[in-house]
Amino acid sequence: MSLPRIDAVDEPVAREAVAAGAPSQVASGLPEGRVAALAGLAGSGDRPARSPGQLALARLRRAKLAVFGLVVLAALVLAAVFAEAIAPYGENEIDLFNITAPPSAEHPLGTDELGRDELSRLIYGSRVSLLVGVATALLATVVGIAVGAVAGYYGGGVDALLMRFVDVVLAFPAIFLLLILFSITGSSVGGVILFLGLFSWMWLARIIRGEFLSLKERDFIEAAHAIGVPDGRIIVRHLLPNVVAAIVVATTLNVAYAMLAEATLSFLGFGVPPGTPTWGNMLNAARPNYTTAPMLAIAPGMALTVAVLAINFVGDGLRDALDPRR
Amino acid sequence: MLRFLVRRLLGAIPLLLGVAVLSFLFMQLAPGGPDALFARNARMSEAQLQQIRQNMGLDRPAPEQLLRWIGNLLRGDLGISYSQYRPVTEVIGDVFPNTVLLMAVGLTLSLVLALSFGILAARHPYGFFDNVASFLSYFGLAMPVFWFGLMLQLFFAVRLGWLPSAGMVGANGSGPLDIARHLILPAITIAIGSIAGWSRYVRSSTLEQLAQDYVRTARAKGLVDQRVIRGHVLRNALIPFVTVVAIDAPLYLTGAVLTETVFSWPGMGRLFFDALTVRDYPVLMGILILGAVLIVVGNLLADVVYGLLDPRISVR
Repeated sequence: MSLPRIDAVDEPVAREAVAAGAPSQVASGLPEGRVAALAGLAGSGDRPARSPGQLALARLRRAKLAVFGLVVLAALVLAAVFAEAIAPYGENEIDLFNITAPPSAEHPLGTDELGRDELSRLIYGSRVSLLVGVATALLATVVGIAVGAVAGYYGGGVDALLMRFVDVVLAFPAIFLLLILFSITGSSVGGVILFLGLFSWMWLARIIRGEFLSLKERDFIEAAHAIGVPDGRIIVRHLLPNVVAAIVVATTLNVAYAMLAEATLSFLGFGVPPGTPTWGNMLNAARPNYTTAPMLAIAPGMALTVAVLAINFVGDGLRDALDPRR
Repeated sequence: MLRFLVRRLLGAIPLLLGVAVLSFLFMQLAPGGPDALFARNARMSEAQLQQIRQNMGLDRPAPEQLLRWIGNLLRGDLGISYSQYRPVTEVIGDVFPNTVLLMAVGLTLSLVLALSFGILAARHPYGFFDNVASFLSYFGLAMPVFWFGLMLQLFFAVRLGWLPSAGMVGANGSGPLDIARHLILPAITIAIGSIAGWSRYVRSSTLEQLAQDYVRTARAKGLVDQRVIRGHVLRNALIPFVTVVAIDAPLYLTGAVLTETVFSWPGMGRLFFDALTVRDYPVLMGILILGAVLIVVGNLLADVVYGLLDPRISVR
C-alpha cells in the first residue's frame, strides 16, 4: 500500500478517523465505545497546554503503547495460525477425569463443563475472533469507501439520497436488529461477518464523503478533469490516496469493535454457532457453572480485553504516525 | 431557533418512517412470515388460523399491512402482542420504567464520575491521577460490558455476598431500599463504558480551555484555580460534552439489554429476548421503533442544546 500524499491532506483526516472508529461502535451499538472516548484518549484537545518536553514524552508513551499493542497482536496472530502446535490439547479433546477442574499443572486454566482444556480452546478461539474482526472491518471499509466516495464525488441528489440512507441506518438500534436478523437466519460465522459489516460502515462513509466534497474542488482534481481522466480513475488514483490515513485508522479500530461485537452476540447465543470455540461462546457456556469454575468466565473475557486493548493501541499509534500535524 | 427546531423535527419524520418500513420488511422476510407463532401451534385448526390471520389483518397484501401498520403507528398504536394478547404499548409500558430506572441511575453515575475524574485529571495533566485514570479508561473501553457485569456479579454477589446477584426485588425484601441494593451492580455495569470515555473527553476539553487566554486573564486578576475552573473553564468545556452525552445516552439502551441479561433485570432487554424466542413480531417492531425514536431524539437534543449553550453558534 502506498502512503498518502501527506502534503495534500487538508483536514486532520486522521484525527477525525478516530472519531470515525468510535462512533461506528456507538452506532452499531454493541460495545460501549464512544466518540468522545477515542477523541479524548487521543488527547487531541490538550496540545496547547503542553510544553515541548511533555509533548515528546506523550508521543513516546503512545509509541510505546503502540509497540506493545503490535507485540500482543503479533502473538495473537501466531497463536491463531499455529494453534495446533501451541495448544496443549485439541479444541474438542475431552478429559473425562477433569470436568470443570480448577487450574492445575495439567490444565493451566482448568477445564470446561465437558472436560475440554480451557487454555487450548482459548487459543483455538482466537481464530474465529480474529477472522471475524478482520473480515468484518474489511467489509465495512469497502462499503464505507464505496458509499462515501460516490456521495462525495458526485454530490447533489446522489449524495443527498445516500446520506439520508446513512441516517436511517444510524438511527436503528443496531443490537436489536442484529439479534432479530440472527434469529431469522440462524447463527453462522459468515452471517456474523456480513451483518456486523453491514452495520459498521456508516461513519467511514461520512468522513470520506466530507473529505471528497472539499478535495474535489482543488486544482489537482480540476487539472485531472481537464486532461480527461475518467471519474473512476480520479476517485481511485487522485482522491482516495488523500484519505488513506483515515481509512487505515478506522479499519483498525473497527477490527476491535467487530471482535467485541462478535463476543457479545455469541454470549447472547446468537452469533457463531455454539460449540465452535470462540471467546464469546466460551463466556456463554461458562455462565451456568461460573460460581464453581470462575476461571471459565474470567479467562475468555481477559483474552478479549487484552486483544481489543492491543488493537486500540495500534490504532492510536497509526493515527499518530499518519497525522503529519503531530 | 423555533424554525430550526421545526425543521429538524420535520427531518426526523422520514428518518423514522425509513426505520419503520425497514423493520416491517425484516418481519416479512422472517421464515414462516409474521404469523409463524400461530402456525407452529399444532392444536390450532386451519380454520382458527385463518380466523386469527383475518383478525390481525395478516391475510391482507403486504403493502396494505405496511400502510395500516404505519397509520396505526402515527396514532401511537403498535398493535397487539401475539404472545400476550395485549396491546404492545401496554406490554412495553409495563417494563419500560424498569429500564428507564436502570438507564437513569447509570447515566447519573457516569455523569458525576466522568466529570469529577475528567476535571481532576485535567488539573494535573500527566500526573499520577491522570495516568491511573488514563490507564483504567483504556481498559474500560476495551472490556466487553457483559463480561464486566459477570465479574462484578461473581465477586460482589457470589464471592462476597454483599449484594444480590440478580433480579430487581429480593425474595423477602421490598421497598425502594431493596430495589436500590439490586440496582448497584447493574448501574455500575451499564455506566462503566461511558465513565471511561466521557472522563477522557472532559479531561481533554478542560485542558483545551485551560490553555485559552481568558484563563490567563482570570488567573492574572488573582482568581484561585478552583474558581477559574468552576466559573470559567467548565462552562466552556461542557458545551461539547453535553452534546456528546445527548448522542451517547440513547445507546444506553444497548447497554441495558446486555446488563439486564446478565443481572436478570426485568426490563426491555428481557422483554426483547422473550419476544424473540416466541417470534412475537409486533413487540419486536415496537421495541425497534422505540429505540429509533430515542436515538433520533438524542441527536436532536444534541443539536438544540449545543445552540442554546453556546451563543456564538447561531442555529438557523
